[in-house]
Amino acid sequence: MQSFSYSKAQTVDQAAGMDGRFIGGGTTLVDLMKQGVETPKTLVDITGLPLSSVETLPDGGLKIGAMVRNSDLAHHETVKAQYAVLSEALLSGASPQLRNMATTGGNLLQRTRCPYFRDTSYTNCSKRNPGSGCAAIGGHNRMMAILGTSEDCIATHPSDMCVALTALEATIHVQGPKGDRAIAIADFYKLPGTTPNVENALEPGELITHVTLPAPRKASKQVYLKLRDRASYEFALASAAVVAETSGGHIRFVRVALGGVGTRPWRSHEAEAALMGKPATATHFRAAAEAALKEAKPQSENGFKVELAKRCIVRALTTATA
Amino acid sequence: MASTTASPHGIIGRPVPRIDGPLKTTGTAQYAADFHLPGMVFAVPVQATVAKGTIRSLDVTAAQAMPGVLEVLHHGNVERIYRAVPNDPNATVSETRPPLEDNRIYYWGQYVALVVAETLEQATAAAAAVKAEYSAETPQVSGELEPFAGTWHTVSARGKVDEAFDAAAVKVDQTYGTPVETHNPIELHATVAAWAGDTVTFYESTQGVVNHRNAMAQILGVPRENVTVITKFLGSGFGGKLFPWPHCALAAVASRRVQRPVKLVVTRTMMFSNVGHRPLTEQRFRVGASADGKLVALRQDALNHTSMVDNFDEGCGEATPYLYSVPNLTVTSALVQRNVGSPMAMRGPGAVPGLFAMESAMDELAVALKMDPVELRLKNDASIDESNGQKFSSRHLRECLETGSAKFGWSKRTPAVGSMRRDGKVLGWGMAAASWGAYRFGCSTTVELGADGKVRARCATQDVGTGLYTIFAQVLAEKTGLPFERIEVLLGDTTMPEGPLSGGSWSTATVLPAVAGAADGAIASLLQIAASTPGAKLEGADAKTLRLTEGRVHRATESAAQGVPFETVLQAARLNRVSADSTSGSAFEDPKAKGLSMHSFGAQFAEVEWEPEIARLRVSRVVTVIDAGRIINPRAGANQIKGAVVMGVGMAMLEETVYDPRNGQPINGNLADYLMATCADSPEIDVTFLDYPDYALNSYGARGIGEIGLAGVAPAIASAVYHATGVRVRKLPIRIEDLLQSEMREA
Ligand SMILES: Cc1cc2nc3c(=O)[nH]c(=O)nc-3n(C[C@H](O)[C@H](O)[C@H](O)COP(=O)(O)OP(=O)(O)OC[C@H]3O[C@@H](n4cnc5c(N)ncnc54)[C@H](O)[C@@H]3O)c2cc1C
Ligand code: SF4
Repeated sequence: MQSFSYSKAQTVDQAAGMDGRFIGGGTTLVDLMKQGVETPKTLVDITGLPLSSVETLPDGGLKIGAMVRNSDLAHHETVKAQYAVLSEALLSGASPQLRNMATTGGNLLQRTRCPYFRDTSYTNCSKRNPGSGCAAIGGHNRMMAILGTSEDCIATHPSDMCVALTALEATIHVQGPKGDRAIAIADFYKLPGTTPNVENALEPGELITHVTLPAPRKASKQVYLKLRDRASYEFALASAAVVAETSGGHIRFVRVALGGVGTRPWRSHEAEAALMGKPATATHFRAAAEAALKEAKPQSENGFKVELAKRCIVRALTTATA
Repeated sequence: MASTTASPHGIIGRPVPRIDGPLKTTGTAQYAADFHLPGMVFAVPVQATVAKGTIRSLDVTAAQAMPGVLEVLHHGNVERIYRAVPNDPNATVSETRPPLEDNRIYYWGQYVALVVAETLEQATAAAAAVKAEYSAETPQVSGELEPFAGTWHTVSARGKVDEAFDAAAVKVDQTYGTPVETHNPIELHATVAAWAGDTVTFYESTQGVVNHRNAMAQILGVPRENVTVITKFLGSGFGGKLFPWPHCALAAVASRRVQRPVKLVVTRTMMFSNVGHRPLTEQRFRVGASADGKLVALRQDALNHTSMVDNFDEGCGEATPYLYSVPNLTVTSALVQRNVGSPMAMRGPGAVPGLFAMESAMDELAVALKMDPVELRLKNDASIDESNGQKFSSRHLRECLETGSAKFGWSKRTPAVGSMRRDGKVLGWGMAAASWGAYRFGCSTTVELGADGKVRARCATQDVGTGLYTIFAQVLAEKTGLPFERIEVLLGDTTMPEGPLSGGSWSTATVLPAVAGAADGAIASLLQIAASTPGAKLEGADAKTLRLTEGRVHRATESAAQGVPFETVLQAARLNRVSADSTSGSAFEDPKAKGLSMHSFGAQFAEVEWEPEIARLRVSRVVTVIDAGRIINPRAGANQIKGAVVMGVGMAMLEETVYDPRNGQPINGNLADYLMATCADSPEIDVTFLDYPDYALNSYGARGIGEIGLAGVAPAIASAVYHATGVRVRKLPIRIEDLLQSEMREA
């Protein structure tokens, strides 16, 4: 382990200008520092910042502070009542202990569980060493992504929360040395391409201050479904977040996002297009699932994820339109 | 260690809470790594990052110069670490090749150096700074053991199995596999070694303090009496901690080198490469039966992988020769070498993977016969051990099957695949029979009655977390009538009389005769003293007419209340204590046990819920009926069985150590990626003990229960999975990949 300095930020303005690595719950960062994967010189503890509230906005939307713990967010009354998909996604992730520590900002930036990324004895990992290749291709890749992969990286984006936020079309608000900006979640995560080391749209020094959600669509139903080997404490093999509105048996509004299969939280415009205006029936659900996975590129061990993800989508749509 | 809830009357067979519970729940129980000695320093091993080859160069200069570093040991500078004498049953080691013996690498993660530093952080940092270069070769870590061209050896044979199989009316011929499973007790392996002159003390996480002492004495080249091993508590071992591993020798050698106590705690990642695992098995079963379901031929050919440096035979044929009645039988086995660390016994070695294969084959046979699988077992129940013609000391497999059927509601099962439903889910019901050997080894114990009013037992065995402290206390309470708060049980220290290794579920059966004998001896001395102490109340009484009840010495014709507290007797005689030693022998030398086949039996019934729409399968219910002799403590006993069932769910559905085929690294070596059953995966578990005493084993009729609970769980679940989904999985674990093969798309 390398030595590093530690300081605690007192105000948002102060933090946003600080040259160092932010630490929230530390459940990703400290873990990776112990593995030697992350080697920050300076840690800036941001848990004391006044970013721990969940507030309803004048337009009926929701503002979630970056320091709100995953457990608190999952159990927040408004979230449970109006953004059930978010609450369900959070509760399906990690363990109670981890959720008690994990923050909203940290969850947005959690890193992949790819075992080759986490072990620095593998020099061939383009996410750590750009341009060095990818140890996971041809290795143990059962958990890896099948959508959005490149020849340089096939790592899955691990978060459940971010899948729900994607279906809810969240906006991420940041403050940095150059000021504030708001980034739609659709523009926040980057595909690996030839630069898997660049995971998101953040500029150096930018601090996530909060996340906003649009006002809930009153007539919509929301579902998060996570499929995995064991019943708890495991990342998704495939998951689906669905927000849907039907009338007269037809789908009038739908958002579909997938987890466990993509290199980023995976919004499926293809599935949505296949569903809009169509009757809410099993046939159309299956067609949407087929559309969502059309571009899937399985590796040697994860071909099963294609069918599993399809079933996940069909079940989530069935529940959300029942 | 005290608890007020137990009253001595009828304490044997009562579900008393364990006496060490409060120490554990308050965090005051001291495990090996909890010992902090003055001047202690820390050792961290450096692991090879290749699985086969040689060390070309090892650069320790940077590490050596780092803050706090005292020493970096490697094959070029380490003193001789001796090998333990091969096949010495009292000094067994897990990996026979001593650490740092030469520059050869046999498996990924093998220790190539050891850094000793003032703090754990310094040692960890310096270990990361050791630079090793290897001449690496492609390792052999394949999970396929066939085709196998080596020699098979015969484990058991009778009749003419191949002819009988060829001629059988109904046959099953299939190959079954079980994966590498890693022992993952919550307590990591840990050694604290401290030298004083030429004697050394180990605070160890071991399932056998006596064996550990004997082996370490050989390895370190010192007399046995110069070595002390202490294990007060163990956070379990499941077999992985039976015998010393290389890190134990490293800690001791480092401590001798730096002349300071050294602590070495194996990391969770190292647990996956350096301290054993249940080996991969591949077992071909041929089972032939007559059209009405009578077995005529049973053949098992079992392969298991082993390391390059040890021949570890899993013994998959443990249960095959005696479980069923069949005239023609052959069991053979062979080993296949792999570039992996040495395997080690894991809960129910041999029987557990062997029964997965055999009971799965029996399930397939039942399907082929269109016969109920319980019926098939009952029809082929054995009345004697047909492998050797011996009578069983106590066998109630039939009753296990019948009781289990009734409790589970088996008669309501409809045999067709996917034919049962509940709450929109498909149900699968499956079952399997189980067995495990019953053993008793030698044991010595001291029991003393003290003038302080306490009774104490001492024995160099260890409580691995299963409740052995409480078993001792129950016997002492029974013998003396004292409550638990006046009983002290001292275990896990080689300066005490030698007790057994904690393995094979034999501890309870082994210690009972010795502790009972020592208690009887101490009480006899006490009564003698009571009768002969001048001026004492009972002076002149015939000692034979005296009794010890509720801690009081009294005449048999009078009540305890009319007698004298035993400590008063001792005080009157100006004695600090009376004590007695007792040594009991192994069942192998016992005329009562001679010529008998001794085993525990069980029946496992499992229910799974299957949601084909999302390929989700969960184990919802397990009914387990166990015939393991008399149960001394049903609470601790049921706890063992329930834990074993949960482990069985993991074995059936989740656990598998995966090696990267390119470099042989166990790639899922942590508790997030190596999946074990969580609480949410635990089914509803119903445990029944038949409680028939087996007096051939000891006067209490007790056998052991740690391992039998796991036997048969995985095949019962696999059978239920087939019943629900129509997918026959012959290679564990049963994965979503397998279940997606089901033709059923909706419930
Ligand atoms: C064993 C295990 C199992 C898990 N299982 C799951 C699971 O099933 N599903 C799931 O979704 N997650 C799972 N997780 C991941 C967990 O959700 C994340 O670790 C957690 O959300 C990260 O939050 P944190 O506050 O601890 O982040 P930290 O570790 O503190 O930070 C993570 C990263 O975010 C940066 N950061 C933090 N806050 C800010 C901010 N406000 N602005 C800018 N940068 C910031 C840090 O610099 C760091 O790079 C698991 C984790 C573990 C260890
Ligand atoms: S998948 Fe990505 S993170 Fe994993 S080894 Fe390949 S490049 Fe690295």
